[in-house]
Amino acid sequence: MMSLRISNLTVDHGAIRALDDVSFEIARGQLCAVIGANGAGKTTLLRTLSGLKSATSGSAHWNETNLLHGKAEQLVRHGVSHVSEGKSVIAELSVKENLDLGALWRRNKKESAETKTFIIETFPRLGERLEQRADTLSGGERQMLAIGRALMSKPELLLLDEPSLGLAPLVVAQIFQAIRDLTTSMGLTVLLVEQNAMGALKIADTGVVFNLGKVVANDFAPALIADPAVRAAYLGY
Amino acid sequence: MRAVHKIKSNSTTRFIFFIALGIVLFLLSNRVDELRVYQGAEIAVYVIAISSLILLTGYSGQISLGHGALVAIGGYAAAVANINFHVPIWLTFFIAVLVSALFGALLGAAAARLSGPYLAGATLALAVGLPSIANQFTVLGGEQGLTFDAGMPPASLGEDFTVYKWNFWIAALATLAILWLLQNILRSRYGRTWRAIRSNDVAAELSGIAIGRSKVLAFALSAGIAGLAGACLAMLVGTVSPSAFPISLSFSLLTGAVLAGVTTLGGVMIGAVVLVAIPEIADAVANRFGGSESVTSNLPGLLVSALLILTVLLVPNGPVEQMRTIRSRKGVASHH
Amino acid sequence: MYELINTTLIGITSGSIYALMAIAIVLVWRSTRIVNFAQAGMALLSTYLGYEFIRIFHSFWIALPLAMVAGALVAALIDLVFMRLLVKHASQGPIAAVAPIIATLGLLGVIRAFISFFWGNQDLAIDSPISNVGYTVGTHTLAISPLKLAILIASLALMGVLTLLFQRTNLGLALRASAFAPEISRLAGVRVDGVRTLGWALAGAAGAAAGMLQTPNGTGTLSPDSIEFSLLLVFGFIAAVIGGLESLLGAVLGGLILGLVLAFVLTYISGSLVFITGFVLLIVVLIALPRGIIGAKGARRA
Repeated sequence: MMSLRISNLTVDHGAIRALDDVSFEIARGQLCAVIGANGAGKTTLLRTLSGLKSATSGSAHWNETNLLHGKAEQLVRHGVSHVSEGKSVIAELSVKENLDLGALWRRNKKESAETKTFIIETFPRLGERLEQRADTLSGGERQMLAIGRALMSKPELLLLDEPSLGLAPLVVAQIFQAIRDLTTSMGLTVLLVEQNAMGALKIADTGVVFNLGKVVANDFAPALIADPAVRAAYLGY
Repeated sequence: MRAVHKIKSNSTTRFIFFIALGIVLFLLSNRVDELRVYQGAEIAVYVIAISSLILLTGYSGQISLGHGALVAIGGYAAAVANINFHVPIWLTFFIAVLVSALFGALLGAAAARLSGPYLAGATLALAVGLPSIANQFTVLGGEQGLTFDAGMPPASLGEDFTVYKWNFWIAALATLAILWLLQNILRSRYGRTWRAIRSNDVAAELSGIAIGRSKVLAFALSAGIAGLAGACLAMLVGTVSPSAFPISLSFSLLTGAVLAGVTTLGGVMIGAVVLVAIPEIADAVANRFGGSESVTSNLPGLLVSALLILTVLLVPNGPVEQMRTIRSRKGVASHH
Repeated sequence: MYELINTTLIGITSGSIYALMAIAIVLVWRSTRIVNFAQAGMALLSTYLGYEFIRIFHSFWIALPLAMVAGALVAALIDLVFMRLLVKHASQGPIAAVAPIIATLGLLGVIRAFISFFWGNQDLAIDSPISNVGYTVGTHTLAISPLKLAILIASLALMGVLTLLFQRTNLGLALRASAFAPEISRLAGVRVDGVRTLGWALAGAAGAAAGMLQTPNGTGTLSPDSIEFSLLLVFGFIAAVIGGLESLLGAVLGGLILGLVLAFVLTYISGSLVFITGFVLLIVVLIALPRGIIGAKGARRA
């Protein structure tokens, strides 16, 4: 069974425990929203899974790949792509170069060219701006570029850190819709970390709620939306 | 009230400590041979120059790869004042300080706007460029340089009181005065300001510290002290010339500061002694193992550079600070 | 009139050598945020190796590429065994900002001592491979000789190759991306550590070329504490800063500007003011054009 399996994962930032005994699973092809307040450990979770940060104890596997034993640049080659917080594009490079960067390690250049065509079809705005520097793009376009760059690495597991950060509500809706569509059409498994809990849960299949480094709820997304405790604490009504 | 009292008594203790240190040095200088006395004077000059660099780098967070140039300015200022304006020797030391400090203030005004690597490169360019100016103006004596004669010791000190000892006395007096002065400045408002800027310049600025002015002040003060070292060096060597202030002098001073522990004045002696002792140690080692001429002449440079690298890698804040950290950690641990 | 032309020619030739050194400094700065003050020592070592290659192959033009390869290997080795360790160890505490500068200075000293161990302290000569006598127009001798012309062509060719490498190849994309945003590059699958070592290697090769070309163009001799190489470092740094420290094109322009300014000072003012002019020019640029003539964002405070 293909899946993301995390068990008893504990991560420390120096003396501070960022993740405390975290366990949950996501089945293949599912979109899972990770919600919780600031400082709940959501970003740390993604950074640990993508190999940017080392864990203190516990385990995390994507299929047969041990996510805790690889560096970020190796895990990409095993199908794990991470779009880090705050529109992770390289401002000094052009749109085209940002996209190409994601596929540099791929041997089959014909396939990566096909991926690029697909991404440009998905985000036509990027296709119009291929030669522009990334810092001339709007916030939404940059987020599209960041996701596009991650897709260029042909991921199976996509880790998204707050794609809605700082975007206008209309653009947020577009981005969320694109994430939902890509998950289905590419057969991706997505871990979506979000402050915009309602928006994320609405497109998600399942949800995990974090509080101070611990998992406090883990259920199907509609069930979480309906849960009075979650509603009061994280959805604001 | 108690705190105030403590600070006061500390400063008195320090004053007494420096007086005692002076007496010890005086007694010591009567016991050892000429070479040691000369080396003692060298150490004293290095202590002055290195503490000027520690003040600049360790306390105000600015780097200088060209402090040799400021030392040179001090040396030349003293010599020119003595030769062309017939200023008495004792006064030339003060002139060296003033001229260097003035130049340092100018340099500092430019430096305050630069960060690490830019400042490093700019000061390096200064150290490379400045000595050749001596060839441009005849008053500076060209390649030959100028003589600087600090004169014979007063006859009242006795027959066997040599020039070396006299020079050592002057240099040691200057060193003690500078160290005492620095100790007090670093504990004052200015010292705290510099440390605040070094650790976080944005926060310091937000708390109302005028960063620019404070950095320029540090640079001027540091340059003035380096100038005093220059005058003392001129006195020891007897001349000032472009070749007496090569780039390697600037690098040696920086090495001394790093070995001493850039962030504290406490280790300054270590840096100075190492700089003076290394050629001798290298000599002994080379003789012991019968090295060739090229080994003997390069061992000092190699040792100094290797020490520099090891210090940066292993004890980046210097041996003294490292011991302090270990001790304070133990202290914390024992409280638990 | 001829004096003006000659001064310009001298400026362009020496400027192109400064440009190579500036490129070496920019390459390391962009990939590690360290100004490599050991670059002079690395260039000197490569030139000594080049001297050995000349003795073996009896040809300067075979020795030049070999010295560049040797320079690249030396630089890569330094990054692998030394700089990685340094970045890991000395990246905290009050002297974190100055530690790399001090460490590269220490490295400079070690390389110099190493050179004197092997080659001794006496001067070694690298003869000019082709005539360094200027071409003549009528009764006037121009300050451009076959050697100077070859130096100019070699430097421009190297700059061209490097520019193509950086702008047109996948490797160049990885190099630029790692310099601007190492973390994002890693997430995109770029092996940033390896790419960084490659950046050092390229810098080593550029520095070696600068050293090999400067030696016959200048005094023609090599010595462990060569002033010429210290100057090469300082002028390379000034040229890099004039160009904004981030851009290869800027480094080239900076080198040419510096070469021209120094040549004019030398001809029309005074030889002993050349060095201090470099310093003054540096300060003026730093204060008047904080981002250099090409200007990258936030370069000065980074």
